[in-house]
Amino acid sequence: MTKLVYFAWVRERIGKGEEEISLPADVVTVGDLLNHLKTLGEEYETALQFPDAIRVAINMEHADHDEPIAGAREIGIFPPMTGG
Amino acid sequence: MTAEPLVKVQREDFDLQTEIDRLTNGRLDIGAVVTFSGLCRDEGGMLGALELEHYPGMAEAEITRIATLAIERFDLRCLTAIHRYGKISPGENIVLVIAAASHRQAAFDGANLVMDFLKTSAPFWKKEHAKDGKEGDWISARDADDAARDKWTVDNK
Repeated sequence: MTKLVYFAWVRERIGKGEEEISLPADVVTVGDLLNHLKTLGEEYETALQFPDAIRVAINMEHADHDEPIAGAREIGIFPPMTGG
Repeated sequence: MTAEPLVKVQREDFDLQTEIDRLTNGRLDIGAVVTFSGLCRDEGGMLGALELEHYPGMAEAEITRIATLAIERFDLRCLTAIHRYGKISPGENIVLVIAAASHRQAAFDGANLVMDFLKTSAPFWKKEHAKDGKEGDWISARDADDAARDKWTVDNK
């Protein structure tokens, strides 16, 4: 099981802040994960329809979409940051 | 030895003078202190409040990483970074960065670098609430902020 946490409009569109899901073996990279999530329902499809606008953190560190997710305890999925 | 930054992510407000004193008390090696504080604007009277969401744990870790980078790059004596979350009204503080160095330029550069990276890589998001109470939109990330961050890695290598 992998813990996923969502923030800002990604969280609002998916409709929850976090969840634990089991991932198929062919989900290897961050990009694979985003594509897989889009198959889980309309709300995921809406949240993730523009992958370029999605940022991901593996174990609380920024990760590119081509990075492998093996060994991830927690994966954060969110829009570009707007702090400061 | 490299100085450890003081990083806080909190709901409560902060006090500039208290934080400057905390940083400089008993120090005789500091010749320059630069503070930057970011406040919530009312956007011409339209904005009622900003709601700041953050990624607990990652927000602290990411700001600490940025602050450590600034300390090492500019040989800062010390650095404080405080970022608030929750609902913030116009006129209230959002963020504070204090950079202390032996000399002025390093303190300016240190504070500047921390803010440029913080805006683009620290996990915070802002949602606008209108003055009439209506929930507004999430603020979009700005390309100009990315460009400001990239100048530290592209031009100043």
